[in-house]
Amino acid sequence: MIELFRDVRINWLGKRRLFLAISGALMLLGLISLVVKGGFRYGVDFKGGTIVYVRFQQKPPLDQIRSLLPDSQIQEFGASGSNDVMIEFQGAKEEADASAGREAITGALNQGFQGKFEILNAESVGPKVGADLRRQAVLATLYALAGILVYIAFRFEWIYGAAAVFAVFHDTLVTLGLFSVFNREINLTVIAALLTLVGYSVNDTIVVFDRVRENLKVRRRDDFETILNDSINQTLSRTILTSGLTFLTVLALFIFGGEIINHFAFAMVIGIIIGTYSSIAIAAPLVLVYTNLRGKRVALPAAAPARPAVTKAQRPVKVK
Amino acid sequence: MTKRIRNRLLITLGVTVLAVWRVAAFPGFIPSLTHVKENIRLGLDLRGGTHLVLQVVTDDAIRAETDQAIETLRQLLSRDNIIARQLIRSQNNEFKAVGVDPAKDADFRRILNERFTEWDLVSTQGDVPNTYTMRLKPAQEQAFREQSVDQAMNTIRNRIDQLGVGEVVIQKHGGPGENEILVQLPGMDDPARVKGVMQSTALLELKLVDSGPFPSQAAAAQNYGGVIPAHLEVLPSAERDLPNSSESSYVVNRVAAISGRDLKGAYPSRDQNGRPAVSFNLSADGAQRFGRVTEENIGKMLAIVLDGRIQSAPRIDGRITDSGIITGGTAGFAPQAAQDLALVLRSGALPASIRYLQEQVVGPSLGADSVRAGFMAAAVALVSVVVFMLFYYRFSGVNATVAMILNLLILLGAMAYFGATLTLPGIAGVILTIGVGIDSNVLIFERIREELRAGKAAVSAVTTSFSRVFVTLVDTHLAALISATFLFLFGTGPVKGFAVTLVIGLISNMFTSVFVSRTLFELVLARKERAEAISI
Repeated sequence: MIELFRDVRINWLGKRRLFLAISGALMLLGLISLVVKGGFRYGVDFKGGTIVYVRFQQKPPLDQIRSLLPDSQIQEFGASGSNDVMIEFQGAKEEADASAGREAITGALNQGFQGKFEILNAESVGPKVGADLRRQAVLATLYALAGILVYIAFRFEWIYGAAAVFAVFHDTLVTLGLFSVFNREINLTVIAALLTLVGYSVNDTIVVFDRVRENLKVRRRDDFETILNDSINQTLSRTILTSGLTFLTVLALFIFGGEIINHFAFAMVIGIIIGTYSSIAIAAPLVLVYTNLRGKRVALPAAAPARPAVTKAQRPVKVK
Repeated sequence: MTKRIRNRLLITLGVTVLAVWRVAAFPGFIPSLTHVKENIRLGLDLRGGTHLVLQVVTDDAIRAETDQAIETLRQLLSRDNIIARQLIRSQNNEFKAVGVDPAKDADFRRILNERFTEWDLVSTQGDVPNTYTMRLKPAQEQAFREQSVDQAMNTIRNRIDQLGVGEVVIQKHGGPGENEILVQLPGMDDPARVKGVMQSTALLELKLVDSGPFPSQAAAAQNYGGVIPAHLEVLPSAERDLPNSSESSYVVNRVAAISGRDLKGAYPSRDQNGRPAVSFNLSADGAQRFGRVTEENIGKMLAIVLDGRIQSAPRIDGRITDSGIITGGTAGFAPQAAQDLALVLRSGALPASIRYLQEQVVGPSLGADSVRAGFMAAAVALVSVVVFMLFYYRFSGVNATVAMILNLLILLGAMAYFGATLTLPGIAGVILTIGVGIDSNVLIFERIREELRAGKAAVSAVTTSFSRVFVTLVDTHLAALISATFLFLFGTGPVKGFAVTLVIGLISNMFTSVFVSRTLFELVLARKERAEAISI
């Protein structure tokens, strides 16, 4: 039997000040980056405007394209050696017809490169839609968090729900901050990634809490901090394995998934690391701090008949 | 093999066969790649096409409704000899009858009560004494707005259908009051013509000419002492009708004798000089009115107005009932233009203008690139996960692999069954489903190892682990479902596609990781004589 972690005894909760410092530093980093850069870099779907991806038959003469489209941002994208160019055009704020931008760009390109290029993808969004989509995205995230809070509070105790949601909120903030640090663009698919991470991170937290609930029932004499630590340690190999494997799958997406979902994949890659970290470093300490303040341990209702879990005495067993 | 294991194996096998059949063979029984392509619908981002979000400017419809009301009132007042100084539209949903004859106050109010039930009388004061202000009732206004969106949707559908673009999606979009329509045109990467056809209001009106042609609008106004009377308007002509002026205009009745609503049909034809033109005929009701108007106005000119421009203004030679022709002037229409015009006239006028809010055009090669990239990523993810599981959990890794592949099959089968669309973020959802599935397996396997370490026999370790982990899995899956549901509710297009795969993946994963995986464990354990060892 190959085992990465066996009988781990790490005092996670004793390091909660360190975790607090790490999380604080990450968030501060994101905040500074946001202030310095003057806000997020939104994709066209959020800020309105036009973005056109063009594939040229030959190496595209960027200078010539720039002279044809003086108001646009032009850059190469995709693998080196590809002839793909991204053209972004902010467009007038009052633009009534969203497609005017695309028509202007194709018109200009036709002047210089008639028949020598192909439109890969063109997206135009009016400014009103952009603002709407942004509002909807924020609402979707908040509703999802509220839904999860209620669910966990119902299944465990309200402090567990609050801790899980706070941890997830922390993940979202850190991920958004890192998006700013790495100058990544926030678009609709990134919001989808964030909502997925919300689910994923909560998943991780629930696995730990579930073990806490189980241990609380059978180890009535141990103090709460020990139980929390043991619960994290008992689920640690699962946590690392799962995160590692999921990380592997999104890494594949990040490397092979192509340009269009690259920002999405980036959010997933970062978020999986942060989401795993926060279950241990944020959610569990929060429950402990609250419990210590209340001066007693939070009794948990029984969720299902459970057998005594594995505790200390562990005999080596014959395994094939 | 016990009866329990046999039943569970049969269920698993049945689900597998059903999923494979739905993906690969439906509606027949012989699997083929063609069927797979038909059953798994690819989204626009993968197959190429155009995605449009447009907004119906419903203010137009309300304005038209108000104008219509003013016209009705004008006719009623003249019938009953009630004098009002002026009838004007003061806002989109509001009009004023200025200076109504005080002696006929009661009659006027009676008309309002009887014929204007959809309107509220909001004021009887104004700069001029005895001025009535009528406003459309809010509920009625809302109904008109919704109606105009429905009507616009029908019109657009009619028009696009006639262009023969396959598998078009046309549906309402956005929240209430946003009046948005989503149009998806798969395989169409140059939307110019479709948009032209879609956007054309093609508002056909036949209006009696009061005077003209004039070389300019100012010249037209001069003919009336500087101010055009309220019931008339000046319209530009699409043609040069005067020998020594580059433009010309006519003064015509504001109210159309006949409008696009009275059309029965329209088809491309030729004018008397053999140039492309569009002929139309009228509905029975329209023909009757047209007959009466032409009869009463013999010798006058009749302007054929399309979208506010006069196409031609022939003289009425005699009573015409049910047909007419729209000529393209001296140059004639281009044949394509005549065809498109006939098409939009046939499909009915748009009740309001439309505005494009969002447009996405995906070229066919990007779609192909994305499919390739997506499958590459999925394959790499799948292979690396399988290799790791086999290495780390040995025989149990096979178990996890079977569960994972079955999970993917069920996911695809369910998508085919629900007619869900596979988008690029959807492929990301599939890859994530692989991750979630593996998580469930790892959770169970690690628990089994733990129980074994604690000294339990294999059978009891498996049973305990599954029943214990089941609780965790329910919690984690439900929490994930909650966020996926919000994604589905708030997302549009590609994001919705992602949410759909995620939701189906979560549900099918519950089945494969709990039911199927456990069955496989029990099958293996049942075959051993001394069920104490397990390869994990």
